[in-house]
Amino acid sequence: MRDMSKIVKITALVVLAPLITFGLYIIAHGHLTPGGGFQGGVIIASCFALLFIAFGKQSKHMLNKELLSVAESLALFGFVFLALLGLRKSFLNNFLANSGAMFGASVPFGTKEAYINTAGTIPLMNILIGLEVSCALTIIMLLMLNEKVSKHAGK
Amino acid sequence: MLHIITLIAILASALLAIEAKDLLVSVVMLAAMSFLLSLEFFLLQAPDVAITEAAVGGCLTTAIFVLAIKKTRRLEDESS
Repeated sequence: MRDMSKIVKITALVVLAPLITFGLYIIAHGHLTPGGGFQGGVIIASCFALLFIAFGKQSKHMLNKELLSVAESLALFGFVFLALLGLRKSFLNNFLANSGAMFGASVPFGTKEAYINTAGTIPLMNILIGLEVSCALTIIMLLMLNEKVSKHAGK
Repeated sequence: MLHIITLIAILASALLAIEAKDLLVSVVMLAAMSFLLSLEFFLLQAPDVAITEAAVGGCLTTAIFVLAIKKTRRLEDESS
């Protein structure tokens, strides 16, 4: 397994920040535009895939697998907790919508531009799902990267 | 018209992915097919599915395949 050249590594590092920002944009605007938690999470995970391919063996110790696993579990726990919070009416009840609190503004009437501070618990759930998906897929990448291949495999 | 061109391009890239002897070429052709498929989804007015297809099929599976090829051999066996 040869190392990539310096050009590839520097380009990967330069492209990394805009790509992660794009993934966060897709997650944050999940309730207004196409996309959402899953899509943005996959985009963020593919940024880390780019990092792993460019750096190869050097990137083994860049990310901690246990930390990612804990973050994934916490995000899923937060999702279920947020769903249970609306249990006064029903499971997954959107108790924040039109309440005036965080993400609680009501949607303006008519055909105006989209307003991000709306939709209640849906943006929060999008953020949690994005965290969960990006952590899970990055763990899969890390396992693929660290996998030992025996000499006789495939012969 | 654009539909027909996209569908023919999807078929062509899929055939190239099957026929290529170099596995890296095969993976890149698979990624190209995935992006063309997401373009087709977009033309059929399903942008949500198109984003998912481009992200999962175009980036993640390609990355996993490339990592697997890095671990094993690049050229397909002629004997098998």
